[in-house]
Amino acid sequence: MAKNLIIGGREFQSRLIMGTGGAPSLQILREALIASGTEMTTVAMRRVSADTHGSIFDLLKELDISVLPNTAGCYTAGEAILTAQLAREALETSWIKLEVISNEETLLPDGQETLRAAEKLALDGFTVLAYTNDDPALGKRLQDVGCAAVMPLGAPIGSGLGIRNPHNIELMRSLVTVPLLLDAGIGTASDAALAMELGCDGVLLASAVTRAADPVAMAGAMRLAVESGLLAHGAGRIPKRWRAYASSPQSGLIGTDARESPEF
Amino acid sequence: MISITLNGSPREIPDNTTVENIVSEVTTATQGIAVAVDENVVRRTDWANTLLQSGARVDVLTAVQGG
Repeated sequence: MAKNLIIGGREFQSRLIMGTGGAPSLQILREALIASGTEMTTVAMRRVSADTHGSIFDLLKELDISVLPNTAGCYTAGEAILTAQLAREALETSWIKLEVISNEETLLPDGQETLRAAEKLALDGFTVLAYTNDDPALGKRLQDVGCAAVMPLGAPIGSGLGIRNPHNIELMRSLVTVPLLLDAGIGTASDAALAMELGCDGVLLASAVTRAADPVAMAGAMRLAVESGLLAHGAGRIPKRWRAYASSPQSGLIGTDARESPEF
Repeated sequence: MISITLNGSPREIPDNTTVENIVSEVTTATQGIAVAVDENVVRRTDWANTLLQSGARVDVLTAVQGG
């Protein structure tokens, strides 16, 4: 039996962290969160407005799911740090999903600003889960400045393009000893399973579930995919071969005494 | 009256308005709210004794679906 995931000293039975963004309704989000089995979910911090409903907070309390505030939409370390401080005050958690983006079109992380913010937040006592590019060296640096988890993207946020550079995820895995969570780009269950097969400790996703035609069914699929990928990773896959390797006995067939195999 | 910026919009408020006063105007929620004045967090325990100054930029935030 695989060990449970431990981030920042806290143990999780589920290795799927589901985000709450993009859900068509709170009722569907509620059912999807339950189907996903997640124990922690992301929220964003925004100005209170007339159409702001406090109900996401109430929903997570009701479901006993921990809240992981993010710094989505921040372009600088300073903005991200202030957002993290506000989230700590509002939600009474020192956990933060650090996300500092470089531009609106790709939403790709700004590595330099992310690293600066991560270092300051970690020094200030935050448990920092850092969203990052799939750059193994940057992942190692984020760990070195005190991040509790490093979260490389598979592809841009919401793109559903899957894991575009599996080799980089494997390389990052070999360099990073804190939990490695594949974050962003997941499109369907096989992407989540691949993340785990590559050695990730968990998967964070939102759009793949919340924007699926049937979010609740997809949430269940993701839960199973993460479990399957973890089992497969631990089970030790067979080596890849260029030619077939028969699994049935080669001898004892009828009428083959004089037959020769055709040349291939 | 003094002028402040509340969640990005100009606003006239009486003198001696506290952070607590302005929060209660913006939302009825009592949990899950945080306030920054001039990009500095004001702790909940300080809301009642923090007076807003003319020109203050006040942001009242809460958690929404995202990420």
